[in-house]
Amino acid sequence: MTAIDIRNLRKSYGAHTAVDDLSVAIEDGEVFALLGPNGAGKTTTVEIRTGHRRRDHGQVDVLGQDPEHADLSWRVEIGVVLQEVRDAGQLTVAEIVRHYARYYPSPYQPDDVIARVGLTESAGVRLLGLSGGQRRRLDVALGIVGRPRLLFLDEPTTGFDPEARRQFWEIIRTLRGGTTILLTTHYLDEAEALADRVGVINAGRLVSVGSPAELGGRANAPAEVRWLDGSTHRAVTTSDPAGAVVELSRRFGGPVPGLTVARPSLEDIYLDLIGGVPS
Amino acid sequence: MTTAVATAPTRVTVTRPPSALRLGLSRGLLELRMFLRERDAVVFMFALPPTLLALLGSIFTNSFQGTGVTASQVFAASMIAGGIASTTFVNLGIWIAAELDDGTLRRLRTVPMPPVAYLIGKIVLVVVTSVAEVAVLLTVGVVFFDLRLLATLEQWFTFGWVFVLATISCSLLGIAVSNLARSARSAPAVVNLPFLVLEFISGVFIIPITELPRLLLSVGSLFPLKWAAQGFRSAFLPDNMTVHEVAGAWEHGRIALVLGAWCLGGLLLCLKTFRWRGRRDR
Repeated sequence: MTAIDIRNLRKSYGAHTAVDDLSVAIEDGEVFALLGPNGAGKTTTVEIRTGHRRRDHGQVDVLGQDPEHADLSWRVEIGVVLQEVRDAGQLTVAEIVRHYARYYPSPYQPDDVIARVGLTESAGVRLLGLSGGQRRRLDVALGIVGRPRLLFLDEPTTGFDPEARRQFWEIIRTLRGGTTILLTTHYLDEAEALADRVGVINAGRLVSVGSPAELGGRANAPAEVRWLDGSTHRAVTTSDPAGAVVELSRRFGGPVPGLTVARPSLEDIYLDLIGGVPS
Repeated sequence: MTTAVATAPTRVTVTRPPSALRLGLSRGLLELRMFLRERDAVVFMFALPPTLLALLGSIFTNSFQGTGVTASQVFAASMIAGGIASTTFVNLGIWIAAELDDGTLRRLRTVPMPPVAYLIGKIVLVVVTSVAEVAVLLTVGVVFFDLRLLATLEQWFTFGWVFVLATISCSLLGIAVSNLARSARSAPAVVNLPFLVLEFISGVFIIPITELPRLLLSVGSLFPLKWAAQGFRSAFLPDNMTVHEVAGAWEHGRIALVLGAWCLGGLLLCLKTFRWRGRRDR
């Protein structure tokens, strides 16, 4: 079953086209990452899907309804983790999670949700006193407390240090299976770590969709075979690296010194897709 | 830092979706809790009107000839309108501007909350704070400035309907004005300037109101504060004080009409202008 089906989506702000003829389908239970640089149209796309922004053109179907005309019962099945919310500073973690649980007909136990995002020890802390990473995990707690079928995560780990990011990924991984997740990110490693499929978006257009392994033709892209010839580094770029290795093996009559075979990294593919220059 | 627990949380089984009324009351309690924890704002809101009353009541000690009514009694009655304006217009204006700015409203739009629950929450906040504010002002008025507590049922009736209409109209105007502020930071300026000006030209700071220049009086008469103050004077002061009113009468009919019109107009204004998004992310 399709959780999200978008066809020919278009949205402009004045003369600026934020989303340009974007089509994508996301399956039930899938974790889909929308990857792109800042200003690529990720947030606009998410806001249209959650019913918070009107589109100019195209069809949007989220859990069987058009977000622009969806009723409150539709919201019961959807969790949204927005960017840059700093609300309710005077409430404690436990108070706000309990409050948000009340909006749903069959929510999770608030204390369990707090434990799940690793905030049990901070349950009595006012939101003003939370660190950026804790605040973001609270956002996730509020996004999942209603037991959503579909969860939107808008740039969930922006500004995190690497350790906090990895902890956060673990939380998202526990949601897999039961919940369809659409996350936006501008971090490649995040998309690679979490997503079943990645859609690369640039200047409002979806330029490539695929699993992290095959994105942008990565699986079949020419690979670079390197080896040592005496003390000289040698390299050949080929679409048949296995053949090249067999050939080398025969030439050396045994082990090939310093042999490596490298596919283009996801970063190379990504930079190529968004027209950037590898550093 | 604790690590995440990988087991699925237990589901709470509830058969029916929560009603708007229950959610609204729950929001009201939450808003009160948040408000009471903003200690500076609480102190400011509950201390400013009584302080002004104490100052004005101590500075102007004359009495109105032939009526037996002192200036401080008039201040005490009029200041109730000022107090209500500060718990409704000022507080809601600044509070909602902050909610627009910090993302409270954006987040609420992502949950299955009927919009009326949000309104009910605000009503709870406004009613509780306004009743508390009036109680503080009445205490100061009665203890220090010879304000006579209402004696007859008729006086209480007048006080009641003026309180209700003033609270509703000023609240709706506060909701409407919250949308004019560009950020939480600018909201106090946007809200307090018109509030202060209105206190001067509505007969709250300047008594009797007939002392005001004609033009200012006309401008003041367009807004609810003037009529609310007049209504509270009519409840607390003897009828011989009507000579110090602009029309020479309490004008109950007109007070009800103007405040009622502002309730309706304010509601239309709110429906037309209310946004769940701040200016910066529209």
